[in-house]
Amino acid sequence: MNVREELMEILEELHPEVDFESEDALVSGKVLDSFDIVNLVTELDDAFDIEITAADLLPENFDTVDGMVELIMNRMEDI
Amino acid sequence: MLFTSYDFIAFVLVVLILYYVLPKSFQKYLLLLASIAFYAFSGPVYLCYLFSAVITSYTAGRLMDKNIESSKQYLMDHKDTISREGKKLFKARQKSRRKGIMVTAIVINIGVLSVVKYTNFIIGNINALGGRLSFLELALPLGISYYTLMSVGYLVDIYRGTVSAEKNFIDYALFLSFFPHIVQGPISRYGDLSQTLTKPHDFEFKNIAFGAERILFGFFKKLVIADRLFPVVSAIADDPDTYKGAYILCLMFFYTLELYADFTGGIDITIGTAELFGIRLTENFVRPYFSKSLKEYWRRWHISMGEWFKDYLFYPIAMSSGMQNFSKFLRKHFGPYIGKRLPVYISSFIVWFMTGLWHGASWNFIVWGLLNYVILMISEEFEPLTQRFHEKCIPLENRLYQAFMVIRTMIMVSMLKIFDCYANVGDVFRSIGSVFTTSNYSIFSDGSLLNLGMDVFDYGVIAATTLLLFVLSMIQRRGSIRQQMLSLPFAVRAVLISALFIGVLLLGNYGIGYDSSQFIYNRF
Repeated sequence: MNVREELMEILEELHPEVDFESEDALVSGKVLDSFDIVNLVTELDDAFDIEITAADLLPENFDTVDGMVELIMNRMEDI
Repeated sequence: MLFTSYDFIAFVLVVLILYYVLPKSFQKYLLLLASIAFYAFSGPVYLCYLFSAVITSYTAGRLMDKNIESSKQYLMDHKDTISREGKKLFKARQKSRRKGIMVTAIVINIGVLSVVKYTNFIIGNINALGGRLSFLELALPLGISYYTLMSVGYLVDIYRGTVSAEKNFIDYALFLSFFPHIVQGPISRYGDLSQTLTKPHDFEFKNIAFGAERILFGFFKKLVIADRLFPVVSAIADDPDTYKGAYILCLMFFYTLELYADFTGGIDITIGTAELFGIRLTENFVRPYFSKSLKEYWRRWHISMGEWFKDYLFYPIAMSSGMQNFSKFLRKHFGPYIGKRLPVYISSFIVWFMTGLWHGASWNFIVWGLLNYVILMISEEFEPLTQRFHEKCIPLENRLYQAFMVIRTMIMVSMLKIFDCYANVGDVFRSIGSVFTTSNYSIFSDGSLLNLGMDVFDYGVIAATTLLLFVLSMIQRRGSIRQQMLSLPFAVRAVLISALFIGVLLLGNYGIGYDSSQFIYNRF
């Protein structure tokens, strides 16, 4: 399973009712609240063995699936 | 210098004229001088606290910035010789240095705030447990709770790399001390405010007109509504033994309205004043009393404070390695449900405790914060159940049910707000309890409410202005009222603004020698 597919699986489990592929304001549009974000980060850290910190919580990293994929890839490169 | 005083109006007028008369390159210096003068009005000695916050956070910001630059330079100079591992280690070491600088400055600034704000509270608690310590004579410097949070946000943003440190000391000093926002917020972010604060501004009639309209509306809310309600709220809350039962319902309603008019009115004056100078401050409210849940309410009331606590306290705690490890431990031993929720709940507990404490050094505020926390956590736990309820019974789109949710939230918020009013927590609970045990509903018809500091005319004004606020909020759902007004013919706009002005003149609680009551959020 590639990064995008695994991410989609995590997101769909978090909020099955949201069409993540079409959303472009997941954080700034308050689709994901602070609880969701913390849980999402924990899941991502676990699934990809990376470390996302509070400093990474920028709209450009979490507003879209593409942003999240890029963040994960960057963090994976850091390791 | 109170925002609704004649002194403030004269002060702003003088600064405004000079601002547009002087060469544009002087504008930011003038604003800084004006801000220092404004601050000195509250007591020249308090300037020391402000300078201390400016100097420590500016210096720490510059040190972090220099570290970032020298680290980049080092990596550039050694790019051919340094290994990948060496580069990682170097980066981690430099980041740790920056963290040390940031933490030192934050500890100093929060330390100063804690000493002046909480020392006597701690002494009081020690004495309550049998201690015999004397209280210290400490006065809370104007706006210290606000500029301390702004300086902390600035330092964390530099550490996170979301903003670069301000190199110009004058520009930074102005960011922290800018007189309209230092008294009661909004808690501005350097990254947002620096876009307009220190830039030269041409005279634009629209800025003056929009700013003046906003200030006028702020005056209206404060002088006509909030100050009119102040005596009634004080009368009921200052005498909990006399005023019980139905009086508490009145207090809930009146204080909710007073606080809204007072705080949003103050913020209107703040944002409007900044607008006169062409400076944009962040909005702090989005029709909060139309919220359908407490969670939504906190996204719409005092937004800059909520966002600050979320970004600079909640996330760092909830996403700290300690909390992440704790979450993993819980998942392993107690399953994913507990593992996901408990760390977030613990982080939220800390945030709400601190939010309460930030509002004031008293158990009333701490209990208020924790009650907000309890309600939010309960609604979080019941979320799946409420979702099923809406799927099977009443859809969330049902307008009548939405109205019920708004009223329910309003009652909840009103009940929580009266923690501000009483001297101690016991009085609050006894007063709320008396609503269910004291049957004195005749006060609504026997004239008792006329003995609290408002006469029939005042009640009429409150009823009319409450309706006006409601209607304006409904109109605001379609966008900014001032923008919408632009589409009206000039004559209609002139009549509306004149009516507002006359409303302030005729209905405002002021006059020669009248001392308008302090803005409620100034004391936080």
